[in-house]
Amino acid sequence: MKNRHKVLIIDDEPHIRRLILAALTRADYATVEAANAREAMDRLRVERPDLVLLDLGLPDRDGLELVPLIKQQAETVLIVVSARDATDEKVAALDLGADDYLTKPFDTDELLARLRVALRNRMTRGGGAPVLVLGDVTVDLMARIVTRAGEEVHLAPKEYAVLAQLAAAPGRVITHQQIMNHVWAYENERHVEYLRVLVRTLRQKLEADPQRPQIITNELGIGYRLRVPGDSHATPEG
Amino acid sequence: MTDDRPSPEAFLRQAAREGRGRLKIFLGAAPGVGKTWEMLSQGARRRDSGTDVVVGVVETHGRRDTEAMVHGAELIARREVDHRGHSLGEMDIDAILERHPALVLVDELAHTNAPGSRHPKRYQDVEELLDAGIDVYSTLNIQHVESLNDVVASFTRVRVRETVPDSILEQAEIEVVDIPPDELIERLRDGKVYIPQEATRALSHFFSKSNLTALREMALRRAAQAVDAQMLEHLRANALAGSFAAGERILVAISEHPHAAGLVRAGKRMADALRAPWTVVHIETQRDQYFTESSRSQLAETLALASRLGATTASIPAVNVVEGLNSFVRDARATQIVIGKSPRSWWFEIRHGSVVDALVRVIGDVAVHVLPSGEAAPTATARPRLHRRNLWGRPVDYLWSSGAVALMTALCLMLSQAITLGNIALLYLVPVMFAAATFGLRAGLFAGLTSSLAYNFFFLPPTGTLTVSNPENVVSIFVLLGVAIVTSQFAARVRVQADLAASSARQNAALASFSRQLTASATKEELMQAICADIARLLEVRTALLLPGASGPDLRAAFPPEDRLGQIELAAAAWAIDNDQPAGRGSATLTASDWLFHPLRTSRGVLGVLGLAREDAGEPVRSDQLPLLMSLLDQAAIAFDRMTLEEENMKAQAVGERDRLRSALLSSVSHDLRTPLTTIVTAAQEMKHHPRPELAETIETEAQRLNRFVANLLDMARVEAGALPLKMEATDLFDAVASAVHDTRTALQGHAVEVDIVPDIPLVRLDPVLLHHCLINLLDNAGRYGDPGTPIIIRCQRRHDALLLSIVDQGPGIAPGQEKRVFETFTRLEGSDRVRHGTGLGLAIVKGFAEAMGLTVEASNNDAPLGACFTIRIPQARIIAPLSPRDLA
Repeated sequence: MKNRHKVLIIDDEPHIRRLILAALTRADYATVEAANAREAMDRLRVERPDLVLLDLGLPDRDGLELVPLIKQQAETVLIVVSARDATDEKVAALDLGADDYLTKPFDTDELLARLRVALRNRMTRGGGAPVLVLGDVTVDLMARIVTRAGEEVHLAPKEYAVLAQLAAAPGRVITHQQIMNHVWAYENERHVEYLRVLVRTLRQKLEADPQRPQIITNELGIGYRLRVPGDSHATPEG
Repeated sequence: MTDDRPSPEAFLRQAAREGRGRLKIFLGAAPGVGKTWEMLSQGARRRDSGTDVVVGVVETHGRRDTEAMVHGAELIARREVDHRGHSLGEMDIDAILERHPALVLVDELAHTNAPGSRHPKRYQDVEELLDAGIDVYSTLNIQHVESLNDVVASFTRVRVRETVPDSILEQAEIEVVDIPPDELIERLRDGKVYIPQEATRALSHFFSKSNLTALREMALRRAAQAVDAQMLEHLRANALAGSFAAGERILVAISEHPHAAGLVRAGKRMADALRAPWTVVHIETQRDQYFTESSRSQLAETLALASRLGATTASIPAVNVVEGLNSFVRDARATQIVIGKSPRSWWFEIRHGSVVDALVRVIGDVAVHVLPSGEAAPTATARPRLHRRNLWGRPVDYLWSSGAVALMTALCLMLSQAITLGNIALLYLVPVMFAAATFGLRAGLFAGLTSSLAYNFFFLPPTGTLTVSNPENVVSIFVLLGVAIVTSQFAARVRVQADLAASSARQNAALASFSRQLTASATKEELMQAICADIARLLEVRTALLLPGASGPDLRAAFPPEDRLGQIELAAAAWAIDNDQPAGRGSATLTASDWLFHPLRTSRGVLGVLGLAREDAGEPVRSDQLPLLMSLLDQAAIAFDRMTLEEENMKAQAVGERDRLRSALLSSVSHDLRTPLTTIVTAAQEMKHHPRPELAETIETEAQRLNRFVANLLDMARVEAGALPLKMEATDLFDAVASAVHDTRTALQGHAVEVDIVPDIPLVRLDPVLLHHCLINLLDNAGRYGDPGTPIIIRCQRRHDALLLSIVDQGPGIAPGQEKRVFETFTRLEGSDRVRHGTGLGLAIVKGFAEAMGLTVEASNNDAPLGACFTIRIPQARIIAPLSPRDLA
């Protein structure tokens, strides 16, 4: 990479900051640190980072409130970090515009994989090649054609709508709510069920082994993610 | 019944008295002996010696020396009560309770309060003061003592209405204020004795020397008796059994006649003299059904008087008085019976025989005291006409009887060619039997009479007249009549017995079903509702149950359901709870309330009160229902107590279980936290000197282990807290299994994972996060105990009423008999020495989470290949019906 990406690390724990900093430096990222929300907003304005790593548990402000503020401030990729079991918090952050999430404790390889996916997504957004290759499956978002091993796969309209939305941001978690808002125009409490069934038929049509899905992976209690080959760590987790 | 042995009640009474105020009564033989003066002067002495003394109420009657005594004392102002335009000053009990002195002086204990006061009688006010821990000095004349009331009236010819129960005297210290009769008569002549205007004439006889001497003797004797009673109480409480009369038991039989009160008082005197327990009994016969309302209330009053005087009371159903009394005497092992000589006419006695004679004949070695009925009380002849008619039955009964006779006549007329005259006479016995068995003796006799007339008129020649030509036929008429009479008697008697049996069976059944209902209740709320509903049904009243709450009594259950009670009802309920006595309508306290409240008491005090009311705002409980109500209340209180004890027991067990868990947790935590921490610290220190990749790896795996352990601890804390917030949503088991397999990939290294799920498995409604934790713990467990290199199988099967999700390993399996225990917290620590990593929390979490979601989980062993199998059972209710394709379009 000719131009090093700049990452803003927002966390109140100095030890965690130091460890993340070490990992990122090793992977050739430039880094900026902030210990609280006020400092974070300052750094954001001054440094204009490409990517923000936000811990939701900050001393001076609820991390969730920062999510929309950061997205407004700068055209940046935002990954939130939160504790295990805080499913609601993660969903809320994603719905507010966060690009991805990480669960504490995480390992650094996973952190780096997530950063790579998020940054590539940002680059392909708006003008990137609209044809996605997922192993032997290709998704042509312009022609609205899906093929598997060269053969066209016939998808029902709603099935295609779900797949297209996941394919628009490969590697990124899309919450159930986001998918449902997009696919169904009206509110219905049974939509999660419809969604589960749609995903199951999609998997049967696209996956080599539908019992061990490799393309559409489930994010427990949060949503789905389209897995891009090569991102071995961008996988489901608890 | 009280026994003649040292009784537990004596201890209880003594215990109840502690913390209670003491009562001292200045007892005088007659007005004017100087009771008030003596009370005031003793009060003044106590005040001078530093006691906090106030005057509650004193009647000085304008006597100057008495008024002088009041001066300097603190007086509680009287409460003005408006009664029919007159303003009456009554003792202000609330002001005294508020002021709470150490000692209060209350004149004229027998005084009757103005209507609308809290208690009808002043002695009840005094009781409340004593209950509040205030000492009371009071004054009383001997003729106001309840049990002596009759005796005094008999020789002074002055009957006072205001009486004080003997039980009050029994708990008091008594000081007789005594002056010689001559001196008293002198004081009377000097105008020093206050006599109410209207009583002047009657009292002139009262103050004769002989009367005064008799009264004086009675006062002195009563005081001596009180000392005796207190001594007795002391002896009983201290188990000094030897010194009191043994074996005597007195039974007083009463009827609804007003003179029965005299019998009760006589019984009391006898019981006191013999120091014997005594019982007042009323034998309920069929006659009771025809009682008028005033007879009923007279009976209730007499029974209430008896219990006020300290008797045990009972109401026993029986065929007739003699039989009932005889069997009760045997049951109660009575040695003396007191009965009244009934004021019946000689004609009545010839027909029915005297109860007294019959009793003396059957009763054997029991002394029978027959007392005259005393002063001219209204007798049977003065009873209202209604009563008579009731005894004779309803007119419609006679109509039916006549109908039966007419029917038989018609039948016999049709058959008159076929049957002989003698057989017709026999056939006429049928309507007689019918009438006697159905409507009672008198209707039977009536049917007998009409039958013989009809027989004579229609069948005996010459037919169509009441004359009889053949003298032989006269015999057959009389035989018919005689047989009819005897038959009626028997049939009616059978009916009475059947009725009695039915009524006593009803009552027994009621009690049995009541106690069954109460046992069946699982919660206190259910129990309270059952108590209310059953008592309402049995007594045909409205019921309400109130428990003491933070701000007064709390309405907890009612039948029919009731939201609220009036202010006055709540006040009565509160009073009943505080004083452990009935209050409200039909009791002695707060009678303005429409409801009557009875305390529910157990050995541990008053639990609450049961309120009773009648739709028509009548007396809530009839006197004949009182014994039943008391047994019901006792049973209810016992059931209530039992439930409270059970709850406390369970709480204690839960606390014990928690303690056990806590100590197990502590030992586990110290072991499971320290082991990886020690490794990490050592490895990190080592790395400072020799940075080596294996050390970093050790640190990583140990840290992972710590992480899992902490996560499990947190999960377990959530399970133990009992309130898992559930987020149920449609979940695909494929996703759930895939996520769990992915997350346990490091723990399952060396095992192949085989997923065997039918493709069209339905969606389930579960909390996906909790399910995930269940699965990773089960997989973790399988990875830990499965032999290395063997596969782990995840299988999901459809059953007709459930989905079974199983995780199967191949290894040593579960020790036989331990299939249930493996889910208990820290099982691994307690049983085996197998040293494998893990905390023993995992399976407990699986069980806790699964049950929180409404699933069950069980462990079993597989035979071939050997291994453990854990199965989560997802019931039908959690399975989502498949969606139709149209829904997805």
